[in-house]
Amino acid sequence: MADLMEVFSAAFWEQYGNLLWEGILDTFVMVGISTFFAYLIGLPLGVLLILTGEHGIAPHKLFHRVLGWVINVGRSLPFIILMISITGFTRLLVGTYIGVKGAIVPLVVSAAPFIARMVETSLSEVDAGVIEAAQSMGASTFQIVWKVYLPESMPSLVLGGSISIITILAYAAIAGSVGAGGLGDLAIRYGYNRKVKSMMLVTVVLLIALVQIIQTVFSRVSAKIDRRLK
Amino acid sequence: MSDTIIQVRNLSKVFGEGENAVCALNQINLDILQGEIYGIIGLSGAGKSTLVRCLNLLERPTSGSVVVDGREMTSLSEKELRQARRSVTMIFQSFNLLMQRTCLHNVCFPMTISKVPREKARKRALELLDLVGLSDKAKAYPAQLSGGQKQRVAIARALATDPKVLLCDEATSALDPTTTNSILSLLKELNAKLGVTVVVITHQMSVIEEICSRVAILDDGAIVEEGRVEDIFANPSTDAARRLVYPGGVIPEQVRADSRVVRVAFNGGTSYHPLIASLAIDCGVKVNILGADTRNIDGKAFGSMLLGLPEDKNEAARALSYIRSQHNVTVEEVEYHG
Ligand SMILES: Nc1ncnc2c1ncn2[C@@H]1O[C@H](COP(=O)(O)OP(=O)(O)O)[C@@H](O)[C@H]1O
Ligand SMILES: [Mg+2]
Repeated sequence: MADLMEVFSAAFWEQYGNLLWEGILDTFVMVGISTFFAYLIGLPLGVLLILTGEHGIAPHKLFHRVLGWVINVGRSLPFIILMISITGFTRLLVGTYIGVKGAIVPLVVSAAPFIARMVETSLSEVDAGVIEAAQSMGASTFQIVWKVYLPESMPSLVLGGSISIITILAYAAIAGSVGAGGLGDLAIRYGYNRKVKSMMLVTVVLLIALVQIIQTVFSRVSAKIDRRLK
Repeated sequence: MSDTIIQVRNLSKVFGEGENAVCALNQINLDILQGEIYGIIGLSGAGKSTLVRCLNLLERPTSGSVVVDGREMTSLSEKELRQARRSVTMIFQSFNLLMQRTCLHNVCFPMTISKVPREKARKRALELLDLVGLSDKAKAYPAQLSGGQKQRVAIARALATDPKVLLCDEATSALDPTTTNSILSLLKELNAKLGVTVVVITHQMSVIEEICSRVAILDDGAIVEEGRVEDIFANPSTDAARRLVYPGGVIPEQVRADSRVVRVAFNGGTSYHPLIASLAIDCGVKVNILGADTRNIDGKAFGSMLLGLPEDKNEAARALSYIRSQHNVTVEEVEYHG
C-alpha cells in the first residue's frame, strides 16, 4: 500500500511523468491511426455486406458468402496470435514489426473485420421501406449508400464507433505488452517487470478514464444527432 | 385526356423457382388513362404491391409488357430506368421518409439525386410543402409529425420531380378515417390541379369509392373485374368483387329477389344509428340491415352498410330519397344476380 502512495509524491512524477505522457501520446497515435485505417477498410466492407446480402439492393450470393467467410476468419483469431502470425506482412508493409508503427498493421487487420460487422448491423437498422422509396425515386446504388444508408444510420454508426475505438484501445494495450509502446507497454515494463506498483496503478486508471471518456462523448454525440427521438 | 399513360399486357410475376414458385401475378392487362384516378383493390396477399412495383420496375416482371408514357419499361437499361422512375413516383403505407432529415430536405431529396441545383431545389420544395399545406413544417423532422402530416411530406416529395404518375400503395391504410379523407381529398385536388395520373392501391372499398373513377379488382394475382366504379359497385359480378363491395360479406341468398338493396357509404357524417332510427321516425320506413362494416369515430360514421328496402315500392323510394338527402352519405343501388 505504501508504494502505491508514492503516486502522490513529486519524485514519482519527476521520474515517470515524461514516460507516462509519452505513453499516452503513443496510445493516442496508435489507436487514432489504427481506427482511421480500420474504418477505411471495414466501412466499405460493411456496406458491401449489406448491399450484396439476400435483401440488399445488389444481391450477390457468392460474393456475400466469400466476404462473410473472410471476415469471420479475421474475427476468429485472437489479437495476440494474429499479431505474431503476420509479422512478415507487417514488416513488408511498414518496414518493422515492433514499436508503435509495427502495432498499427495488426491492429488494423484485426479491427477491420470487426468494424465491418458493426457497420453491417448499423446499416441493417435502416428501414427497408426508406431504401425502396429512394429506389423508386431513381437513386443509384452509390446515392443510396451515400445519401440514405450512411446518414440514416449515423447515430448507430457513432455508437458503433465508440465500441470499435475501445476495442482497438484494448488491443493496443496488448500490443504494448510485446513492445509496441503506449500505456500497455508501460504497465508491463514498469508495473510488472520492475514491480513499480504505482506505475501499474496509474496506467490502469488512465486506461479506465480513457474508456469512460470515449464512451460518454460518443453516446452524447449519438443522442444529439439522432432526430428520431425528439 | 383519354390517352393511355400506363398499358400493361400479359404481365406475370413468379417468385421463386420449381416447387416453391409463387405466381403473384397472372396475365395482368391494364389500361390507365392520362389524368384519371385509377384504383386497384384486393384483399391482403392478392398481389397489389407486386403489381404496383412492376409498374416502376422495382420488381422485374417474369413476362409481359409495361408501357408507361410511351416507353416499354421492361426494355430500359438500369440507367434509363432510374431516369424513367422520376416520372412514375410512389408513396407508401409507412411513409418511408428519411428520419434524420428535415421535411424540407426530404422533399429536396429526389431533386438532389437528379442533380437539380440546391437553391432551385429548395425553392421548389418550399412550394411543394405549401401545396400540401405544410409550409410551417419545413424545418421539422418526420418524428415530430403526425401520420397524416408525414404522408403529406411524402406526397410533396413524390411530386418533386414533376411526375406523370403517382403510385399510392396503401397510402392511407395506416391513417385514421378523418386523416384518410383529408389525404384522399389532397390527392384529388393534386390530380385536378396538376393533371398527375393517380394509381391508388388499397384493400378498402371506401377509398376507391371516395376518389377513383375506375377500378380493377385483383384476386389471387389476377384481375377478375375491371371498370367504372359505379358499375362495379352497382353490379359486382364475381365473388371477389362481392366480398369487397358488400360489407360484412353478406350472402346474396339472404335477400329476396323482389326487394331492392342499397349500399350506403358513410364518409364521416352523422353516425349510422341516427340514420336508421330517423328513417323509421321521419319516414315511417323500416329498413333491413343486411350487413355493416362501420366504425364510429368521434361521433362520425365511416364505412358502409347494406340495407334491404321495404317491399312496398313507395316506401322504398321514400327511404332512398331520405338517405340521399343526408350529408356525407352516398347511396348506390345494388343488383343481385342470384
Ligand atoms: N419478394 C417476394 N418473394 C416471394 N414471394 C413474394 C415476394 N413478394 C410478394 N410475394 C408473394 O406474392 C403474393 C402477393 O404479395 P403482395 O403483392 O405483397 O400482396 P398485397 O400487396 O396485395 O398484399 C403473396 O403471396 C406474397 O407472399
Ligand atoms: Mg401490399
